Amino acid sequence: MTTHRQRHADLPPPSAPMGGLGWLRKNLFASPQDGALTLLALYLLYLVVPPLVEWALIKADWRGTRSETCSRAGACWAFIHVHLNQFMYGFYPVAQQWRVNLAIALLGALIVPLLFKRFALKRWQGAVLLLVYPVVAFYLLVGGRFGLSHVETSKWGGLTLTLVIAIVGMVAALPLGILLALGRRATNMPVLKTLCVAFIELVRGVPLITVLFMSSVMLPFFLPEGLNFDKLLRALIGVALFASAYMAEVVRGGLQGIPKGQFEAAAALGLGFWKSTALVILPQALKLVIPGIVNTFIGLFKDTSLVLIIGLFDLLGSIQAANADANWLGFSTEGYVFAGCIYWVFCFSMSRYSQWLEKKLQTGHKR
Amino acid sequence: MNAIQAVDSTANAASAGPAMVELHGVHKWYDRFHVLKDISLSVAEGERIVICGPSGSGKSTMIRCINRLEEHQRGRIIVGGVELTSDVKNIEKVRSEVGIVFQHFNLFPHLTVLENCVLAPMWVRKTPRKAAEQAAMEYLERVRIPEQAKKYPGQLSGGQQQRVAIARSLCMRPKVMLFDEPTSALDPEMIKEVLDVMVGLARSGMTMLCVTHEMGFAKTVANRVIFMDGGEIIEENEPEAFFMHPQHDRTKLFLSQILNH
Repeated sequence: MTTHRQRHADLPPPSAPMGGLGWLRKNLFASPQDGALTLLALYLLYLVVPPLVEWALIKADWRGTRSETCSRAGACWAFIHVHLNQFMYGFYPVAQQWRVNLAIALLGALIVPLLFKRFALKRWQGAVLLLVYPVVAFYLLVGGRFGLSHVETSKWGGLTLTLVIAIVGMVAALPLGILLALGRRATNMPVLKTLCVAFIELVRGVPLITVLFMSSVMLPFFLPEGLNFDKLLRALIGVALFASAYMAEVVRGGLQGIPKGQFEAAAALGLGFWKSTALVILPQALKLVIPGIVNTFIGLFKDTSLVLIIGLFDLLGSIQAANADANWLGFSTEGYVFAGCIYWVFCFSMSRYSQWLEKKLQTGHKR
Repeated sequence: MNAIQAVDSTANAASAGPAMVELHGVHKWYDRFHVLKDISLSVAEGERIVICGPSGSGKSTMIRCINRLEEHQRGRIIVGGVELTSDVKNIEKVRSEVGIVFQHFNLFPHLTVLENCVLAPMWVRKTPRKAAEQAAMEYLERVRIPEQAKKYPGQLSGGQQQRVAIARSLCMRPKVMLFDEPTSALDPEMIKEVLDVMVGLARSGMTMLCVTHEMGFAKTVANRVIFMDGGEIIEENEPEAFFMHPQHDRTKLFLSQILNH
């Protein structure tokens, strides 16, 4: 008996009965428990959202130059409005604030195309960003040359300072972390390996506050008399080293996820250690741990608020300083909400970017 | 039959050539386990060797010693006149002259097929990108896969990936090609496309050492078949004699197991 049949035609998949009601049923009321949870969530939203909207938007006072203009029935955004300059620039002289704006605008112009597009001169622009831009930004912000007046770092503050610490920290932590991770895996170099392990475990084992405190208060005792380098610089070094220890472990996780065959194939083609690491292993390992890297970046961004304890007034620090303003007492809630929103915008953007990047770099359909 | 004769005639000429790969009394241990025991082998330029044997017999380890993916602990290995020692420069030199094809392809998944092929020529041989890409396309044509050049390895079938892996090795213009069970991880219908490419390569006069259980391939192209068991070379002969009149009991047992199933 033969079972020859005609080739079966491809059929479309059965259509799902969706529409509004179908969606509700499937997602919110699939079972009695689901229904109960949905109703509970709705009730909680009802409890929280309307008062919040009323406080933050409906009954809020937006304008004003004195605290008496605020009715105190809702939020007093005039408090933020009045102190906005301080929150953004700290005590950076108003007449010089264009330098901060220019530095940030330059950074944006250089980095945004790099983040999103592929183009012919990408490598050159990357080099400019990493090699030329830091020098330009340094002289723009610090001054003291090219006819720009010197602005001491103790006057820096607000969001400007937060961004300076976070960006320098990120840019330093990633390469340092990669080197530490490679060092930790160098089983044929026991001394190097031990040093890397010791550094990573030591730094991860203490809180950032301790590192900052050490770098700010203890370090000067060990330095020779008269040699005293900038407080901001000390904080930058502390933050960068701290983040690099975490980054090292994230990157090491990625390196361990690369199959042995990749190392062998690269070596067998005659690529030496650095070439095979840079061209074959790291591109895959870093892609694998994008979520972990961004996690560390987000943590670093928020950790910058700890520099307050060594007397640097970052975004959160300048808000706390404004809370103590005798003309504007009792508006700390507004200040913290504002700080929270700014931190959230930056962290959420990083998170979304990392998700987009992961999708873009997806090349292999795993079989 | 014609094919076999054609290959044989070039082989006889080749086996008189200078030794391309030499192993003298090579030993290797994994911890306390003695994987390679006193292996001596000389492969002339243009010679094609097939190595077979039961799993765990050390055949893969042996050919991986030839480009030092595995380190030997005693004896000497000389490839193209360069002795393999712990000298990194020598190792990289040998590796750039010796291609290897792995069981699991080991293509670089983050690079396209073409980028896989030009990576080593550009970074090891310092070939300009244009020339490297041109050469890569020629080799991709030779393995009959030029139309896939812009795809990523993850988008190809196993047989296609293995052919790309062969092309990638050839782009370095190696003097010796090692094959470490190149068809063992493939679905049955894809084995032939890879073997065809390997036969073509053999015809072009490439020095080849193949660890494989494809006995048809061995009969078609090998000058010599080597049988390994327990870390030793048990028997070594021309293919016809090897298959028709195996000398050693272990060889007979092995052949009966793989040929009569």
